[in-house]
Amino acid sequence: MKQVFGYPESLQNRPNHYCPGCTHGIIHRLVAEAIDELQVREKTIAVAPVGCAVLAYNYFNCDAQQAAHGRAPAVATGIKRALPDRIVFTYQGDGDLASIGMAEIVHAANRGENITVIFVNNAIYGMTGGQMAPTTLPGQKTTTSPYGRDTATTGYPIQVCEMLNTLKAPAFIARVSVHDPKNVMKAKEAIKKAFEYQVNGKGFSLVEVLSTCPTNWGMTPVEALKWLENNMVPVFPLGTFRSLEEVSK
Amino acid sequence: MAERIMMKGNEAFAEGAIKAGCRFFFGYPITPQNEIPEYMSRRMPEVGGTFIQAESEVSAINMVYGAGGAGARAMTSSSSPGISLKQEGISYIATAEVPCVIVNVARGGPGLGGLTPSQADYFQAVKGGGHGDYHMIVFAPGSVQEIIDLMYEAFVTADKYRNPVMVLADGLLGQMMEPVVLRDWEDLQIPEKPWASTGMVAGKPQSVINSLGLAPEELENMNIRLQNKYRTIEENEVRYEEDGVEDAELIIVAYGTSARVSKSAINKARAEGKKVGLFRPITLWPFPSKRLAELAEAGKRFMTVEMSAGQMIEDVKLAVNGKSEVEFYGRYNGAIPSVTEVYQAIMKSFEGREVHK
Repeated sequence: MKQVFGYPESLQNRPNHYCPGCTHGIIHRLVAEAIDELQVREKTIAVAPVGCAVLAYNYFNCDAQQAAHGRAPAVATGIKRALPDRIVFTYQGDGDLASIGMAEIVHAANRGENITVIFVNNAIYGMTGGQMAPTTLPGQKTTTSPYGRDTATTGYPIQVCEMLNTLKAPAFIARVSVHDPKNVMKAKEAIKKAFEYQVNGKGFSLVEVLSTCPTNWGMTPVEALKWLENNMVPVFPLGTFRSLEEVSK
Repeated sequence: MAERIMMKGNEAFAEGAIKAGCRFFFGYPITPQNEIPEYMSRRMPEVGGTFIQAESEVSAINMVYGAGGAGARAMTSSSSPGISLKQEGISYIATAEVPCVIVNVARGGPGLGGLTPSQADYFQAVKGGGHGDYHMIVFAPGSVQEIIDLMYEAFVTADKYRNPVMVLADGLLGQMMEPVVLRDWEDLQIPEKPWASTGMVAGKPQSVINSLGLAPEELENMNIRLQNKYRTIEENEVRYEEDGVEDAELIIVAYGTSARVSKSAINKARAEGKKVGLFRPITLWPFPSKRLAELAEAGKRFMTVEMSAGQMIEDVKLAVNGKSEVEFYGRYNGAIPSVTEVYQAIMKSFEGREVHK
């Protein structure tokens, strides 16, 4: 009998700690499927962030290194330079990557490090209990913006893909979402492509995945997916910002 | 055959690392250690190594963490304010037990301080510096030759214990030139590192380089393991040099540049019949406490000479444990004590005592 669906080898078959309705589970699976399909699991090294995905090494079935808050791209740089034939990826949230780790991500991208970055943006600090993130939407209420994010004093959500797209070196930059099955399929395609770029030695690849946080947004999982679609997508437009082949055309 | 050449201290850190098999250097410019990254940027490509000028000291130490965790001999270098920035990474590295070498060519502080040599980073180097209960092994070279030799020992010891090693010097050692013998280490061998995170190739079980222990028992066990390791290191890795301590009444305890100055001052005092000796710790952690305690038991008294407001004196006092007197002579951050000043401090120490004898 032909197996049409199963558990990716690159995921450990165990319960995770993520909240009900959180989209980390979907994104973990997409990353694992991409690694499986490219048949690189044995040579893959994950870099776990500080944030909700700090325990990612308990879920991905590959070697891993846990990094300090925001430093994952620097740690990944060290690993990749030491082991250039390995596949190295970071899995980072928006506080980790776009706030405390802004220098590390910009410079890893600017050096064109041949690594893959999975950037999970849910517009809030999840693990610490729902504080304002650099990607929090204007007016969005969080525990440190109880009156709603005030752009006059806290600025605007940082558009990471657009910003990194000003650099020359990156090979692949895309923003996707996982709020419905169609977008999950597109996200999978982009994540696989990002890893393909690394496998082919093309240089820095990053996929920003718009994600939900029902717990800290104070919504049901279904409401959260709707909120993402209606509120986040307009601020963080989906699409491929950089794809080396397209540039060279 | 080993050749004898003139070499600057900072270049000796770099070439010493290359000779020790280090092929990964991650750094960031800061005076007075810039010759190290400059030398590495030229030399690493020649030996098939990697040099990265990182975006910050924070990133540099995290690149070391990554490369070291992947099994490579990796290092970074910096000077005082830059070493402060690396403390987060050093705490992670020590806890995750990733071997690596960190060179601090210290300058005067606190704050931005100045560019002149200092020994005021002693506390930071030996007491932790970053958060949590951890130790680096700290080597303190006293000459350019010793810089080269200790760089080799630093990498070997780091691998042996899976622990970060700091080589702590001051700006004077970094900037001065001395003749050195550069040799290839015959026993140079980078050990197998089955714990490293290199990929689950051919059924290798998962390796996770990590410093997280969410469950209280897990974290306590992690700390117990580290503390047991530190006790082993204290047992096996203490290094020091003694000169004329046998008949000495007063022993000067000093390391690095202070020890060099003290040596000349001691010779001058000896010429006038004063029984003075030199005790030079080469490892600042583990500290040679046992030997100092023995010397205190034998009736010796001590004076530390430091380029700080007095930091190592605390460890000497702990070692002596009230059994003997411990005096201090120091110049503050950025100033180097002169031979005459130390000589005068020694003579003053003898003054009152001889009157009462």
